[in-house]
Amino acid sequence: MQKISGKSVQNGTAIGKIKVYTKIGTPVKRIHVNNAVAEILRVEKAVNQAIMDLQNLYKIAVNGAGEDSAAIFEVHQMMLEDEDYNDSIRNIIEHENVNAEFAVARTNEIFSDIFASMEDEYMKARAIDIKDISNRLIHILTGEEENILSDLKEKVILIADDLTPSETVQLEKSMILAFVTVHGSLTSHTAILARTMNIPALISVPIENINELDGKIGIIDGKEAVLYIEPDDNTIEFYEKAVLEEEVQKKLLLELRGKPTVTSDGKEIHLCANVGNIGDIAFAQSNDADGIGLFRSEFIYLGSKDYPTEEEQFQMYKQALQLMEKKKVIIRTCDIGADKQVDYFCMDKEENPALGYRAIRICLDRVDFFKTQLRALFRAAVFGSLSIMYPMIISLDEVKRIKEIVSEVQTELETSGIPYAKHVEQGIMIETPAAALISDELAREVDFFSVGTNDLTQYTLAIDRQNGKLDSLYDKHHRAILSLIKMAADNAHANGKWIGICGELGSDLELTKTFLDMGIDELSVSPGMILKVRKRIMEL
Amino acid sequence: MKNFKYIIKDPVGLHARPAGNLAKKVKEYESKVIIKKGEKAAEAQKLMTVMGLCVKQNDEITIEIDGVDEDRAYLEIQKFFEENF
Repeated sequence: MQKISGKSVQNGTAIGKIKVYTKIGTPVKRIHVNNAVAEILRVEKAVNQAIMDLQNLYKIAVNGAGEDSAAIFEVHQMMLEDEDYNDSIRNIIEHENVNAEFAVARTNEIFSDIFASMEDEYMKARAIDIKDISNRLIHILTGEEENILSDLKEKVILIADDLTPSETVQLEKSMILAFVTVHGSLTSHTAILARTMNIPALISVPIENINELDGKIGIIDGKEAVLYIEPDDNTIEFYEKAVLEEEVQKKLLLELRGKPTVTSDGKEIHLCANVGNIGDIAFAQSNDADGIGLFRSEFIYLGSKDYPTEEEQFQMYKQALQLMEKKKVIIRTCDIGADKQVDYFCMDKEENPALGYRAIRICLDRVDFFKTQLRALFRAAVFGSLSIMYPMIISLDEVKRIKEIVSEVQTELETSGIPYAKHVEQGIMIETPAAALISDELAREVDFFSVGTNDLTQYTLAIDRQNGKLDSLYDKHHRAILSLIKMAADNAHANGKWIGICGELGSDLELTKTFLDMGIDELSVSPGMILKVRKRIMEL
Repeated sequence: MKNFKYIIKDPVGLHARPAGNLAKKVKEYESKVIIKKGEKAAEAQKLMTVMGLCVKQNDEITIEIDGVDEDRAYLEIQKFFEENF
């Protein structure tokens, strides 16, 4: 039995088999071959194998998700049979005497570049399909395992060096018992995800050879921040009891579902959920959220290999609104940049990304890109109760500029005769000290405020939230932060507007009373925290 | 050689899946089938090249069929377009 300590980001106990995730996608090497004919045969076999795999996937998808969702696998088969694509691979092998993997990778570049450079949005997006089929071939040729994140077969404790936001997006969440990362900080995305899912998670666990752990039995003790590997019988017995007790506690909390979030003296709080994608909405509903207080639209960008189209976005937003029925859904516009990077944005490397080109700054610079999202949002708003929230605001001018762009978008939709909602509640994030300090002016221009406490803390205390070394200085209860929140709350109320808190502080039970005293109208927390916060409020 | 003009009615145009079906269809014939849109042309059995034409709704394309079985191919492919695009 081995016992390793780390930092806990979410309490709870889990016992199960360990699955180690190491990054795949090692670059394909160029290798000289003497027998080009043999390489070509390898490719032909791989293509046949890929087509067979796709036929199976098609069948599974038709039964599981229906004809429409399955169609993509049929298209991929057809693309794999394309003469030009296959000729290109063959030519590269013959003329350059190189290995099959390299020829496929080169062909992928050539063809995906052609599609990516097309003007038509639909065709542009087909570059992804070329990459997909090429990766499939390369996987078959190298015998590499497919990406395990979306293909977990049993419930596991997932151990990784670190997980990027785009990796967490792909996770098959129902199969995760707990997270353990070797790196990561208390406010990293793994931490946020663990809180959303309400499952135990440890970070900064100094594991030496993580690959050796794959398939072994592990125990996570979130309270003590300990990971056990190959535990002995006594330890297993002890923690099996703990797991059972937690289930009983969870059941007790679930009895609070359907109850209003009201303090003993009758003050009602709107208690909403923060979600990162469509799948999280199920967690929000099972925990009885009053609405979605923060819908991070980034997942649409992070989960995609190219700019998501208006139609793709529209469908996602519409689905989110319909899933929540008439309940309010606050969608935050694109908050890419800083710690959330995507390749296709082609952004320059920055010295200080957290203080750099991100969120609304990108949107106000690349207006067409911003308009695509706004059009999708205003169109989707017809299908439910949507509010739009803009991140990283520092000035009144930004808000005025956003309003101009919104009115342009509405005019464009109007003249094209496309259905859209004319009146959509629009608010801003208070996540910079600047926004809090000028919240008197801002409150006059917007419908609501929502405080993003993670960024507000990082900017007020000048502490990089990704830097684990500074975790001890990251004083979440710092008086400076609470003063800024109070200032924003007073200014919102003075102008007849409402204010919510959607950062991690919203679920900090030690501060619940403080926030209620400030008159905060809404708390938006991880789905797993909703019932705990409700319990706390009912006790006040 | 035979040819016909066709205006695409399908709202999504000649996109991946129907283009793939077309590519399969024309492999039934010995004749060479070419799709022309303006200056650009593509062999109908080459899916990616056809997709590269970016044929959209209301675009007019010309389909040229040349070969020993062109009469049969002409009728059947014309029907295929009417039914699918």
